[in-house]
Amino acid sequence: MSEVTSPEPGTAPEPSVLYGVPLSDSRGQRVLHPTRDGYIALLRTLLDETFTMCADLTAVDYLLHMGRALPEGIAAERFEVVVNLLSIERRERIRLRVQVPESDASIASAFDLYPGAEAMEREVFDMFGIAFTDHPDLTRILMPEDWEGHPLRKDDDPSRIPVQFTADFSKRASS
Amino acid sequence: MSIVDVIRGGNEPQQGLKPRSEITARELLREVGAVLRMSEAEVAKLGDLPVDPSEDQTMVINMGPQHPSTHGVLRLMLELQGETVLRCKPIIGYLHTGMEKTGEQLTYMQGGTNVTRMDYLSPLNNELVFSLAVEQLLGIENDIPERAVWMRMLLSELNRMSSHLLFLATNGMDIGAVSMMIYGWREREEVLRFFQKVTGLRMNHNFIRPGGVAADLPDGWRDDVLHLLDMIPPRLEEYDILMTGQPIWRDRLQGVGVITAQEATALGATGPILRSTGVPWDLRRDMPYLRYPEVEFDVVVGSYGDAFDRYAIRLNEIRESIRIVHQILDRMPSGDYRIQNKKVTPPPRARIDESMEALIHHFKIFTEGFKVPEGEVYVAIESPRGEIGCYIASDGSSTPYRMHVRAPSFVNIQCLPHMMRGGLVADAVAVISSVDPVLGEVDR
Repeated sequence: MSEVTSPEPGTAPEPSVLYGVPLSDSRGQRVLHPTRDGYIALLRTLLDETFTMCADLTAVDYLLHMGRALPEGIAAERFEVVVNLLSIERRERIRLRVQVPESDASIASAFDLYPGAEAMEREVFDMFGIAFTDHPDLTRILMPEDWEGHPLRKDDDPSRIPVQFTADFSKRASS
Repeated sequence: MSIVDVIRGGNEPQQGLKPRSEITARELLREVGAVLRMSEAEVAKLGDLPVDPSEDQTMVINMGPQHPSTHGVLRLMLELQGETVLRCKPIIGYLHTGMEKTGEQLTYMQGGTNVTRMDYLSPLNNELVFSLAVEQLLGIENDIPERAVWMRMLLSELNRMSSHLLFLATNGMDIGAVSMMIYGWREREEVLRFFQKVTGLRMNHNFIRPGGVAADLPDGWRDDVLHLLDMIPPRLEEYDILMTGQPIWRDRLQGVGVITAQEATALGATGPILRSTGVPWDLRRDMPYLRYPEVEFDVVVGSYGDAFDRYAIRLNEIRESIRIVHQILDRMPSGDYRIQNKKVTPPPRARIDESMEALIHHFKIFTEGFKVPEGEVYVAIESPRGEIGCYIASDGSSTPYRMHVRAPSFVNIQCLPHMMRGGLVADAVAVISSVDPVLGEVDR
């Protein structure tokens, strides 16, 4: 019968650092916030720390929610690449959130360290238009090749897709 | 017309397999499955295989998108030399319906209807992972009533059984044991009949919801489950006679589609594929959720990482699930089937008739939904195909800001090029079947 409580605003978590990178806690899960330049180096460290599996790689477009909570010193950018790593040996998970600016939407590919990230990076490229440098095959994976735009971006307009309706919806909206 | 023109003339030349003259060495290495960290000796060994035949000796064929053994609309481009597969590229997206985008429009209450359609062979596991993620964001993950938790476990295990039974059916058909197909579907239907009784639907139940489950178990459920548990084990014995011991079955599967533990880990493969290599990794045991620590079961592992191991693991996981369900029947507690938290639970039907506030409350929950505090969370559980994860980022509104599902099949099919390389076309069918991809989940 507990009431749902949202975390009190203003109680910033203790600034902590792990592997030289700001660490935060999200509902009991460890989250690292590397910079874009330090991303691959951190992955290499974590790979040596038995995080041998890249369980998930995805991205979020924070265009409509720029005021999200981030540890001190991390400037919020429009895109965020989210990587979930798994250590089978230690039975642990860790999450990486890398800020990617809109002006230069690109990040290094994790393919050389985690070959399993290949399809997931292609999906992020397809859906968000974030380019992964040195990716072996950066093409669209889910959408058709001649698709314009990146569907999961918040400013992607689904209504621009031509459909075969004959009704004039603009008239109905104005009346 | 040369083969280069044929490939270029096809649909979507960028996504497809390119002629060898046009790709970079890096791309070629990926397509021949050499994407892993290899030692110098192993790279040298690749040179021994007929890697670079001239293009008039090889043939590029499309298997799919419509092909009976691709389990949906999966398209494989295969480069063949004679009957040997040199390269393979899975091309996906034919079932893409933008479910992650749809998930951003639906409230947390409605989200279950969306995720349940991803992996349509284990819908209850999809709903479970979504519900667990939402509950963790709400901070109510420890307040779910015991009965709801055990009901979730019961349904999740029965779903694992039905999914693996379907795998046995399709695997049998792909290899040529067509009678097995009928038997597998038959037994699965029995499980689905129970689901229909409990949830009202054979598939796509939307039964496990944030806060608990949608309804209590119907009268007589225990007898129905006991009937299933009595019926299925002897049938599994029949499958053993029909397939496991058969020399033809063994010859078709043993040593086919071999993958090592390091390769499977690097490629992100989970579930039966990872366990077939000998890695005892099962999230139910290693990162427990629900009440799995309180039930006794074994994690089935293989030793060779081939298609036969993957078949045997799934067959025996049905037996382990039966073991778990027996324990769940013994321990099923009584009580509420959903959390009594006014914020996420709609009022009981009877209250709506007598209380205006209850009616308003009911209306608001089903139209606006409930608000979920800001934050982001990744929750993973063991689905029949491996780790299914749900990543939800919330901006404090009643719809997820971003809802991403880590689909096990999507990651697992990356193993296909690696498993198929150097094998025969006929074995390619066995390999696809042993990976057991569900294309609804691959494409989402």
